[in-house]
Formats: sequence, C-alpha cells, structure tokens
Amino acid sequence: MKLTLKVWRQKNSNSEGKLVAYDLDGISPDSSFLEMLDILNETLIERGEEPVAFDHDCREGICGMCSLVINGIPHGHERQTTVCQLHMRHFKDGQTVTIEPWRSKPLPVIKDLIVDRTALEKIQQAGGFVSISTGGVPDANATPIPKQVADVAMDAAACIGCGACVAACKNASAMLFMSAKVSQLNRLPQGKVEKDRRVLAMVKTHDELGFGNCTNFGECQAVCPKGITLDHIAKLNRDYAVASFKNIFGGVK
Amino acid sequence: MKSIVRLVTSSVGKKYLMALSGFILSGFVLGHMCGNLQVFLPPHWINSYAHHLQSMPYGLLWVVRAVMLSAVAIHAATAIVLFKENKAARPEAYRKDATVRASKASRTMIVSGLIILFFIIFHIFHYTVKNMYGLDQLMINDLGHGPLEHPVPNVYAVMYMGFSVWYVALFYIVAVFMLCQHLSHGVASIFQSLGLRNEIWRYRLEKLALAYGWIVFLGFASIPVAVLLDFYLGVPIFDKSTFIEVYEQAKNCAGAIQ
Repeated sequence: MKLTLKVWRQKNSNSEGKLVAYDLDGISPDSSFLEMLDILNETLIERGEEPVAFDHDCREGICGMCSLVINGIPHGHERQTTVCQLHMRHFKDGQTVTIEPWRSKPLPVIKDLIVDRTALEKIQQAGGFVSISTGGVPDANATPIPKQVADVAMDAAACIGCGACVAACKNASAMLFMSAKVSQLNRLPQGKVEKDRRVLAMVKTHDELGFGNCTNFGECQAVCPKGITLDHIAKLNRDYAVASFKNIFGGVK
Repeated sequence: MKSIVRLVTSSVGKKYLMALSGFILSGFVLGHMCGNLQVFLPPHWINSYAHHLQSMPYGLLWVVRAVMLSAVAIHAATAIVLFKENKAARPEAYRKDATVRASKASRTMIVSGLIILFFIIFHIFHYTVKNMYGLDQLMINDLGHGPLEHPVPNVYAVMYMGFSVWYVALFYIVAVFMLCQHLSHGVASIFQSLGLRNEIWRYRLEKLALAYGWIVFLGFASIPVAVLLDFYLGVPIFDKSTFIEVYEQAKNCAGAIQ
C-alpha cells in the first residue's frame, strides 16, 4: 500500500506545531496503524530525521495509551477500536491520512502526537476510588449484587481512560470518562457509600481543570473504543442532582 | 448559599439550568402554537382567547410574563457562558475535523439560539407592544356576544395585517424553522441533562424531539404562509370583514407598488 501521511509535528508544549507530509510505500494491509508508524519512524531514522513521537503500550487494545486522531476521528473511523487494533486494510491504497494529537486545553501536547493526560488522573484521584480496607479476597457472593447492576457497572468499568471522548467532544468535555468512573462505583454497594461526595468532587475537579461542558452531542460515545454510552452521563447527571440537593441542606460531608 | 452557587456554576449545574429553562420554553411554545392556530377559526375565537389572556385575574399575566422572560434570560445567559467555556477548552482546532454522529442541529444551537433570541425581541415589539406597522390601531368592539364597553385588540386582524408585510412573514418562517432545529436537539437534551433517560429511551426521545420540532414548525409557519397566500394570491382563507377598510387600504398600497 502507498500512503501520504500528514503528521502533526510539534517540538514541545511551548512550540508551535504543524502538519508535515510523508510519503510511505510498501505498507502491508495486514499491518496495524501503529506498525505503519513504526515503519515510518524507521525510514525517518535511516534518513537521519527525528522520529514521530506517539504513545503506545500494550498494542492489544486494553491499556488506553494509543491516542491518535486519524482524519479527524479519535482512534480512526472503525467503531469500538483503539488505534493499535486498527489495521491498514481499512484504508485505501494511495489515501492521504491526517494524524493529529488529542486536542484540548487540559491535555496539552508534550511532543508530536503525545499529550499529557495527567488531567484525567486528577479527575480519577478526586473520587474515582473506594475508601475501604480491601484485605484478603472476600468470599464469592458475600456481598450480593444483582446481575443487572453488576453488568452495567462492568460496562462502565470497561473504560480504559484513553481520553478519546475528550478528543472527539466538540466542547473538549471529559464527561464520558468521568461518568464511566462515577457510574461504575456509584452503582456497586462498595462504592455507593461515597456516591454523593464522589460525584461532587469529580465534577468540581473536572471543571477546574478547564474541560468543556457536555452538550449531548454523542460524539464521545461514537468514538469510544470500549463502547461507553451516554447512559452513564445520564447517571452522572442524576447522581449530581441528588448530591447537590443533599449538599445544599448540609447532608454531604 | 455557597453550595447553591457551586451547583449552578458547575458544568452539570449549567446543564440543569439549560434543561429546566428549556423545558418551560418548549412547553410554552407548544401552547402558544395551539393558541395561534385559532386564527383559522372565525375571528371571535382568537379575539376572545386573547382578551381572556389579557384580563387574567390577580395580575397572572405578568406572573406568566415574568416567568417566561426569566426563562429566556437564564437560557440565553447560560448558553453564552457555556459557548465561551467550550471554545476555551479547545484553543487549537483540528486541522482535519470530522463529525461521526452529532447532528447539524446540535452543533449549531448557538446560531439557531441567537436568531431565535433576536426574533423573540422583534416578536414582542411586533405583536405584544404592537408599535410597528400601525398594528396598535386595530381594535374591535364585538367578540361575538354583542357590543363591548371598551374596544379590545382585534388580534385576528393584527395577525393578518402583521403577516401581510411579506418580508416580516418570511422572517417569521425562517425564525420558526430555526426553532424547529433548536427543539429537535433541545427537547431530547432536556431528558439527558436531567438524567431522565436510558439507552432505550434515548432513541425514542430523539425521535420525539424531532417530531416536536417539526410539529411546532408546521403549526407556526402555517399562519404566515396562509396569510401570504390570502393577501398576495387571493386564496380566500381569512375573514376580513372586521378590518375590511385597513385590508383594502393595504391591498391598494401593495397593488400600487406592484
């Protein structure tokens, strides 16, 4: 396969970036998108140029490290797929492919296609945990959880925290990411105890970090590699209303 | 107090403000449309309806007006804050931008919203204050039950004469189309923002919102369209007997221009 790549090159967070075009030939349709970038980097190194910096880790679609906006769509145009699981057979021979980093104020570009996702960690740290001593492995079914509840919590827990929702959102909101954490923990008995405190703290942190507001576009759900739905945002909205109401009357410590 | 401020200034709290004010406004719009459609009935229907609204006891008219104006103010002010914050959250735009799912209506809420806001201001001066196009002169002495003590506004005539100005009618049609677009995203959004929908109801509510938008559009737009047909093409839709002199004067003026 022959491709023309337009790759975002940016030296560091303080410098201006720009799209640089590279022609690439002899790419196997069976190689993954990241393998294609590896080949690009090898040719760049051979030519004595700086390779393109991009995030990747497991290359199995479960770690949430890869973070490329391909032709305007985070993780590319294949549904529920991370970039590492996206294969070149989904592109046309001779196609021009534009590759950009996640773009939002709270997730600044560190270099080329790598962004600093500390802001997502900060949201998680604000309330995405359960404050109980875990101890040893509890007996199975010691805490009964209805199957339906466990299923929905598991769906939410599928979030790998890649930040594609932020990248896709027209408002650069991290609402889908945050709602996955809130929905997962607030539904289960272990996390329910802190549900009001959690949702208030996480929304507060989300807003302070400079993420945008959710206006119900649904772009986040469309690009989420793990298929997190707007359902979880509805759950967050519901829980936030209840928590704020309690908070106004002094019920949340 | 601090917790209330925290609520309404938070990203989710602003959604509630948009949803609740939007709920009031979209409900009002449907009621307003049903009231207006009485123009297709004999003149005394809409005239007595308007007279009853105007003479509600205990100053209720102003209570309703105050609620509506506050809803508009909250909705518009919050929208502008949201728009600014959302722009600031992405300082650098994508060089190649794509949209997977978000509807055109949802992405242009600020545009349709600002047009509607401008329209509301014009509309209030046009038909409530009536200080344009001499509409305040159109009064009637009879609501179908014999002569009245004081003449009351001939709303039937006011609507007809107001829309007989073609560019005004056109602006109304454009504005209610914007309203249709706005509602098609907004009505479904109310439920999402308040957390009152799930994955099954999401698609149902989206269809409902689309239908709601189009019903409101067809209901409202039918009136200026009918007036234009009646006034310019002579299709006999309206009963002009209560304002025949004003009508003929306007007709002669329009004829002279043509």
